[in-house]
Amino acid sequence: MKIHEYQARQLLAEAGVPVPPAEVASTAEEALAAYGRLGGRVVVKAQVSAGGRGKAGFVRLCDDADQVREAAEFMLTHRMVSRQTGPAGVAVRKLLLAAAMDIAGEYYVGMTVDRARRCPVVMVSREGGVEIEEVAARNPEAIVKEWLHPHLGLLPFQIRRLTQALGLTAKEQVQAATRTLAGLADLFLSYDATLAEINPLVITSEGRLLALDAKVTFDDNGLFRHPTIMAMADTSEENPDEIRARAAGLSYIALDGNIGCVVNGAGLAMATMDLIKLHGGEPANFLDVGGSVTTEGAIEAFRIILADPKVKGVLVNIFGGIAKCDLIAEALIAAAREVGFHVPVVVRLEGTNVERARQLLNDAQVSGLLTAEDLTDAAQKVCAAV
Amino acid sequence: MSILVNRDTRVICQGITGKAGAFHTQQCMEYGTPMVGGVTPGKGGTRSEHGLPIFNSCHDAVRETGANATMIFVPAAFAADAAMEAADAGIPLVVLITEGIPTLDMIRLRKYLDETGTKLIGPNCPGIITPGQCKIGIMPGYIHRPPQDGSRNVGLISRSGTLTYEAVWQCTTRGLSQSTCVGIGGDPVKGLNFIDLLGLFQNDAQTDVIVLIGEIGGSDEEQAAAYIQAQVTKPVVAFIAGQTAPPGRRMGHAGAIISGGEGTAAGKIAALQAAGIAVVPSPADIGATAARMIRPA
Repeated sequence: MKIHEYQARQLLAEAGVPVPPAEVASTAEEALAAYGRLGGRVVVKAQVSAGGRGKAGFVRLCDDADQVREAAEFMLTHRMVSRQTGPAGVAVRKLLLAAAMDIAGEYYVGMTVDRARRCPVVMVSREGGVEIEEVAARNPEAIVKEWLHPHLGLLPFQIRRLTQALGLTAKEQVQAATRTLAGLADLFLSYDATLAEINPLVITSEGRLLALDAKVTFDDNGLFRHPTIMAMADTSEENPDEIRARAAGLSYIALDGNIGCVVNGAGLAMATMDLIKLHGGEPANFLDVGGSVTTEGAIEAFRIILADPKVKGVLVNIFGGIAKCDLIAEALIAAAREVGFHVPVVVRLEGTNVERARQLLNDAQVSGLLTAEDLTDAAQKVCAAV
Repeated sequence: MSILVNRDTRVICQGITGKAGAFHTQQCMEYGTPMVGGVTPGKGGTRSEHGLPIFNSCHDAVRETGANATMIFVPAAFAADAAMEAADAGIPLVVLITEGIPTLDMIRLRKYLDETGTKLIGPNCPGIITPGQCKIGIMPGYIHRPPQDGSRNVGLISRSGTLTYEAVWQCTTRGLSQSTCVGIGGDPVKGLNFIDLLGLFQNDAQTDVIVLIGEIGGSDEEQAAAYIQAQVTKPVVAFIAGQTAPPGRRMGHAGAIISGGEGTAAGKIAALQAAGIAVVPSPADIGATAARMIRPA
């Protein structure tokens, strides 16, 4: 789960990381009131999770109230379009106003899970303010890492090594870096984060160390034990079909193609998308109905896919294990009755209760439904039909 | 032969009185798995609906039944603790079916298990089966074909569930038997990995060809490629799911995500091919390719 910058910043501040003074606003009036409290030079930043804000004009430096009003009105009334949002863009609902800093140096500090080493890792770099992946590709030696012992967390000697790697020597800066690193690790470990980044961590011209921008994402599997984090969820930037599917216990991701997919199991669902592509088609979605799918859940899957105007054909690929083929067949028949198959639906069933499922489909005489012998036959039929 | 489990494995189920635990214990018993008991704290001294003795702890279960493997269906919030209890009781093989365990719990669990020497399969996995002898998990048993006299057999390792069943079925319908099939699970941090199982299959006299089913996310397949090149002489057939998956999106499995340009299917396929491994582009061709490798034309 992603959260916004202002929320990440608040969590970092609570963990003891030094951050510049800032306020959140939802209207131009609130932004002006906030500016009244902050004063001086501020940066106004649109709170959207998509990247590319700066280039899109949704991060602005403002020197007076008029500029703040103009920036706030623009951001709250225009959709932000960037490479990450797609052409439709996203609406901006909240703004962060932060005191602008005179920057003397930019660093990177981040924490994530190293899958290969099976432990959390803290990374720092003197090359801050740019994407860390870019630094990793261009100059990997500029990133210094410390891997955490799974049971001990970030140890004091590791904090010292990271602080030294950043080249910090002045006493106040070393203390601030220590608070920053310890706070970051504390936040990461206590809230089941999967990524926590401060980029940039800056040194101001007065020599203060401050977290200027922050990004935190959380492990969906850990949310059950963090109700305060769960309450931060903002689904306004999500695809409505994905929200609807999640409510029905389905794992669904919208894609750009025109062949809808209904599959059980994440691996088989990915493989089905690959198979469609291999036969010249383009999948319209990833969909795993799950092992414990109910008839109602499966019908909802068909409703979502058949309501997608892009979809010109559907491939149903079920290998019945715990999820039984006859249940899927019943859902297919019910969905056909309820919404009707206005596009061809190719069905490939195999596994548990497949004979009964085939009998059900045969007896129901569903129009628009094509049965397939095997995987390749199914892919060829659906690609030919669209 | 076979790897890890056989007809002499003595299996308990942790969470045997839950819906999934009870259902799959029944399925495993019907398949012929030597189930010897179950663990549900607070219900020790009673019997399960299958007539198996229930114990309050793994320690009691081990003492009374000599169990040497466990199948865990405990809910995600308590699953890591259940696995550590099994390890502390001296059970050498833990099969963790549960989906949705927090990654940090898995990191702590894995370290704990490494220190006790306990082997872990999973989590978020279908389990392990040695066809005809022992099924520990949720896979449908009937799709598998036990080795026959003189048969040449496939050993299968996969990060997926139903895609594994698909591949097994493709083998079975072509008359190809399986020595052992292991679903290692779809999470980013897990127990036994490709390289651990490749080593076991390489040394298993009954395994003639190895099928490896990977997917996007992480670098397990790249490590497997390097390991195969250095250590495995048996033929390997691989398939990587997620060639069409968009970056930055989690494709159902917690571990199936391309992040920062890493973990792409293209990168994994290239690494496997560079190691001389046959990577099939279509998931429909896994069984046929394995069959060709076993009986060269």
